[in-house]
Amino acid sequence: MDFSLFPRDMVADLDRLQRQMQQAFEFSPSIRGFARGGFPALNVGSTPKSVEIYAYVPGVEPASIEVNLERGVLTVSGERKSELAGLGPKDTLHIEERFAGKFRRVVTLSDDLDPDTVEARCRDGLLHISIQRKAAAQPRRISIQ
Amino acid sequence: MDEGKLTKETDAQAEEPALLPPVDVIEDAEGITLYADLPGVPKDRLHVQVDADTLTLSGEMDVAMPQGMAATHAEVTLPRYRRSFTLSKELDAEKLSAELKNGVLKLRIGKAAHAQPRKVEIKVG
Repeated sequence: MDFSLFPRDMVADLDRLQRQMQQAFEFSPSIRGFARGGFPALNVGSTPKSVEIYAYVPGVEPASIEVNLERGVLTVSGERKSELAGLGPKDTLHIEERFAGKFRRVVTLSDDLDPDTVEARCRDGLLHISIQRKAAAQPRRISIQ
Repeated sequence: MDEGKLTKETDAQAEEPALLPPVDVIEDAEGITLYADLPGVPKDRLHVQVDADTLTLSGEMDVAMPQGMAATHAEVTLPRYRRSFTLSKELDAEKLSAELKNGVLKLRIGKAAHAQPRKVEIKVG
């Protein structure tokens, strides 16, 4: 059946347009999807010698955060307790925007990383994970004879 | 989201783009408690200001980045936060306390003594 009120399938067109926009703005769309707006927010950067990951984890005890690196896939997980649990019957909640509950974020990183060099530091609710690249993968300048 | 209702910025502040931190606001009989997520902001770069009836929270992140780093994925795109709220008359700015821990600001604003709740007797008859 080719009959439609619209000359073409507008819903599918809009859908495709949205995906194209997303592709244009994301640096490298991952098979694990677009997790923008998730908790914790992530920034990833790279240098010739390392990969730097910044996870924004406010209100989470640093010791309770679990960071795993396996075959180039980094997982940051943990739980953030809600401050609203102790709300009394006469208390009023006016604004509720902060994330609460279990979280887990997975990022695919390049596979030239050395898992023995992972360093993680947490300060002021910002977790900084630094992973060195394997020596063999670091760029070398080749001299021309 | 009706965040626009609660956020009021003056022209001078609006010049510098900033992130809007998520908050929780709880009111009880003695006052209001506000929690704001400000990850990356150290104590000395956090500013809590009350100007007339406007409460403004602002903070600069302290992020040490290695030299020559290129961003490959960025969800946090600005290094500062700012958000303003309009306080109501019964809140007493003198009774304000702030605490910053693991990137979360806990702000407590007490109510003026005359604004403490009184139970109103309802007469039946």
